[in-house]
Amino acid sequence: MSQDSSLAAGRPGRDPDGPANASGVVVSVQNVTKYFGPLKVLDGVSLEVRQGQLVAIVGRSGSGKSTLLRCMNGLEAIQGGRIVICGHDVGIGRSNRAELRRDVGMVFQSYNLFPHFTVERNITLALTLVKKNTKVEAARIAAEVLALVGLADKNSAYPEQLSGGQQQRVAIARSLALSPQVMLFDEVTSALDPELTIEVLKVMEDLAGRGMTMVLVTHEMAFARRVADQVVFMHKGKVWEAGPTAQVFAHPATAEFAQFIGTGL
Amino acid sequence: MNQFTSVHVIYLLEAARWTLLLSLIALLGGGILGLALALARVSRLPVLRVMAIAYIQIVQGTPLLVLLFLSYFGLSLAGYRLDPLVAAGLSLTFYVGAFLGEIWRGCIEAVPRTQWEASDCLGLNRFQQYTHVILPQAVRIATAPTVGFMVQVVKNTSLASIIGFVELTRAGQIVNNSTFQPFLVFLFVGAIYFAICYPLSVASRVLERKLHVAR
Repeated sequence: MSQDSSLAAGRPGRDPDGPANASGVVVSVQNVTKYFGPLKVLDGVSLEVRQGQLVAIVGRSGSGKSTLLRCMNGLEAIQGGRIVICGHDVGIGRSNRAELRRDVGMVFQSYNLFPHFTVERNITLALTLVKKNTKVEAARIAAEVLALVGLADKNSAYPEQLSGGQQQRVAIARSLALSPQVMLFDEVTSALDPELTIEVLKVMEDLAGRGMTMVLVTHEMAFARRVADQVVFMHKGKVWEAGPTAQVFAHPATAEFAQFIGTGL
Repeated sequence: MNQFTSVHVIYLLEAARWTLLLSLIALLGGGILGLALALARVSRLPVLRVMAIAYIQIVQGTPLLVLLFLSYFGLSLAGYRLDPLVAAGLSLTFYVGAFLGEIWRGCIEAVPRTQWEASDCLGLNRFQQYTHVILPQAVRIATAPTVGFMVQVVKNTSLASIIGFVELTRAGQIVNNSTFQPFLVFLFVGAIYFAICYPLSVASRVLERKLHVAR
């Protein structure tokens, strides 16, 4: 990948290690194992995300990175290890699912907007049903988050009337509206052409600038290199290499990661 | 021999009201049962799934005629003498429920899994997921097959004549026995069936277009 070497890794003014105290840990993944049938897709994965950090998980297709993200949010069950996110133990059934959902937002590759609702209703649905906001409050919050993603004029449009990039920004706004403590992004630009990718990445960068704790699985290496505080390279279901962005990009410790960033995949 | 007169026309139209009533009972009763069966089919509880599958398999594998015989003659032997309307209404409800249950199960499952995941991640509970996200989308998918099946049911109500229920087809037979003008009588009967079914098909198209716009 032709990466301009003058671009400093990590965002200016942010400490790549985040707050030094241990209580700043928002996501803690410890020695997690996950099988799909006989296939071991996560093999003793551990990582930590601190308050306000942006952590990019990168790697080839099939390396387990999306599965890891889905496990963090309880969409996939794990067979070993422990995941604690915002103080909620994800491994223990669905009993604490409501609190988990309150604190963790997720955005998907395929947007997953509700096609039968307007943009505004997509955003207000959970506000009124889950957070018990009044309609007026919910509409105000929807307008607020839509303005944040640059779609203030689209509140009465239906998803199918929007471009992929706009739909993805609505999906980000929908998640953001619930004021989560941490947001998970699962290859959110993989279905978009380069132009639309840029507008979505711009929104994500804004979010990061506002101090949102973010974990993203991405193929956008230039974006990861420029914006992420920490990079986690996954390979064969393991965390193959991880560390502060500038350091791992400048000095890859493993041949696999060197090859991966070298080929620009 | 009598001529086919307005008296016969009125007799047939009156009989058509019973056909309409039976169809309505079948739609309402079968609809409620069908929704319950469809939800049981996609339930997380294995026992509900198994019971629903067993019911659907058995009823789908049984002719409506046999269901009518069972509820009318069978139950009367067991001491429950049912009115033909009740017996026909029950049979149609059981029959239609089994088919609608399976049709609607398919429609619920046709809503992408990602819609479940997205609404789950927003914190909606399972009931809210169904009522706000999954079922509204399943309804749009279900419109055409449901109406198609209902048109079949309207015509299948003619089977109720076998247990002595005088609905449209049976009334046609009676009129024909007295006038002996089968072409005239049964063309008229056919026209009434068409007049009941055609608006259903039109409504289906309109509804589909409407639901499509608002999606």
